[in-house]
Amino acid sequence: MNKSIVLGLLLLMPGLATASGGGVHLEQAHVNVQNQASLQNGAKLFVNYCLSCHSARFMRYSRLARDLGLTEEQVKENLMFIGEKLGDTMTVNMPTEDSKRWFGTPPPDLSVIARSRGPDWLYTYMKTFYVDASRPFGANNAVFPDVGMPHVMWELEGLKRPVFETHVDADGKEVKSIVGYEMVQPGKLSPLDYDAAVADLVNFLVYLGEPGQFDRKRIGLAVLLFLGLLAVLSYYLKKEYWKDVH
Amino acid sequence: MSRMASLMTWVDDRFPLTKMWKEHLAEYYAPKNFNFWYFFGSLALLVLVMQILTGIFLTMHYKPDANLAFGSVEYIMRDVPWGWLIRYMHSTGASAFFIVVYLHMYRGLIYGSYKKPRELIWIFGVLIYLVLMAEAFMGYLLPWGQLSYWGAQVIVNLIAAVPYIGPDVAIWLRGDFVVSDATLNRFFAFHVIALPLVLLGLVVAHVIALHEVGSNNPDGVDIKKVKDENGIPKDGIPFHPYYSVKDIVGVVVFLMFFFLVVFFTPELGGWFLEGDNFIPADPLKTPEHIVPLWYFTPFYAILRAIPPLFGSQFPGVAAMGLSIVLFFFLPWLDRSPVKSVRYRGGLFKTALVIFVISFIVLGWLGTQPATPVLTNFARFFSVLYFAFFILMPFYTALDKTKPVPDRVTYK
Repeated sequence: MNKSIVLGLLLLMPGLATASGGGVHLEQAHVNVQNQASLQNGAKLFVNYCLSCHSARFMRYSRLARDLGLTEEQVKENLMFIGEKLGDTMTVNMPTEDSKRWFGTPPPDLSVIARSRGPDWLYTYMKTFYVDASRPFGANNAVFPDVGMPHVMWELEGLKRPVFETHVDADGKEVKSIVGYEMVQPGKLSPLDYDAAVADLVNFLVYLGEPGQFDRKRIGLAVLLFLGLLAVLSYYLKKEYWKDVH
Repeated sequence: MSRMASLMTWVDDRFPLTKMWKEHLAEYYAPKNFNFWYFFGSLALLVLVMQILTGIFLTMHYKPDANLAFGSVEYIMRDVPWGWLIRYMHSTGASAFFIVVYLHMYRGLIYGSYKKPRELIWIFGVLIYLVLMAEAFMGYLLPWGQLSYWGAQVIVNLIAAVPYIGPDVAIWLRGDFVVSDATLNRFFAFHVIALPLVLLGLVVAHVIALHEVGSNNPDGVDIKKVKDENGIPKDGIPFHPYYSVKDIVGVVVFLMFFFLVVFFTPELGGWFLEGDNFIPADPLKTPEHIVPLWYFTPFYAILRAIPPLFGSQFPGVAAMGLSIVLFFFLPWLDRSPVKSVRYRGGLFKTALVIFVISFIVLGWLGTQPATPVLTNFARFFSVLYFAFFILMPFYTALDKTKPVPDRVTYK
């Protein structure tokens, strides 16, 4: 494709440049991939609320069973719904054409989303959906303004309205920013329980980004201990040889 | 004669095995006063071997195809046994390569290792550095993430800024009008075979040239001037076993740092693996910040610091090229009668400190968005960077030097 066409397309998408930051303060996600109960709950939320639209096409169900301490039966019963095989990857059946029409853009694959966005961003993102009648699905997001995704976990969180505050920025322009939220319709979970659920989901996404991270740290410790020993040995070997250099 | 000895004789009659062993290891006399800075040559060789070996295993599973590349890397990370380790060793190895090479080059600067009679060693070294940059740049495209794609796009577009031939050369390099599947395929070819071959050849030339004239040392003293009755330099010791056992210590300590990163923080906070590169390449979405990896950022900062001329980026591109090419001329720019910083005066020491600070600050600036304030900083430090080279004939000639001893200092 010609460069100028690409550039032209870019100019037609003004929202693009600011789509990822939004300048919103990110809340800290307390990630602990060693917490298997949290990962299991996160996996359950993931297949129930995310996997209908978002794939995780590099992740296999069998790997999930092994890493999350679940039996094959448990995985089949709780995490697999559309007749996949255990060795399959977590794909979705939604055709790209349809998703493009419905959401404006195909929902991204979430296999390594935690590695590009970071856990804090994901955590804050899942907690800052708010009611906005101007959006096609009636919801908007503070860290990802005008996002195509609806608030899929609204049943759990409930619906909330943003509290805006207008202030003048450094250039003397008036800016509206969100300073808090007020609940319009309570959800099935209390705000604290919703936070915990999102934390579990983010925890799972961090695991999903790199399932090998358990092995990595465990083996790393052994490797460093071995190298430490080797360092001592090689140091004394060197000293022994160098005794006769004056 | 034992069986082993007769086998060796058989081989030596047909291939100079013992001769080479003696010339390059057992009877290669190196100065005995090598210090910390002398570890990085052997470490660079270690990293080169490591990159080649891990690279071979990555090639067995990687797919150089715009539709498959990103997924094949994740396949290596998840489904290939030990694939994650091999991949992290390779990605960490790329940055480690530049760390040891930069420290190795700094050693050359402080001890004047580029000066006569080691000009060719230095020139081969700078060539190695240039090829290494091309190797790293092309390798970075292969994971086919957003920064792979847009980084390549930006750099190839630089070439397009060269007047007259630039646009055609850029198309010829990409094999397309934008970075695409064709580009990925040819960069793969360059990365896994063409450039490593050149690199290996240059490394051999670098070492042969070194062993021809002998190693420099922290005192910059020529150890061949003082020899014993057997013609062996009095301050020299055989490379093997003395430096082979010493380098083992260096290797083990280096590997501890290396594997600390590989196993515990392979992204190193975005410095070794960038977050945006975990998003598959998308030709229609430009990332907010296109930041090259840290080892290119000093030159990237210089590029951005130079204002365009008649709407052309060429002056910046030329300045960036010059900032690297100037290294070739170091042996002739330096007019000091002494080699080592130990016997040089305040002028050279000051210039060196300013140069190192400029290089590091430019490296940091290259990672930041080019705001007007930061661009002015980049201009200031670019001037200092170039001044180090261009003023070198003057300040090295004017500098007050101390007398160089006949023998090396060894505690």
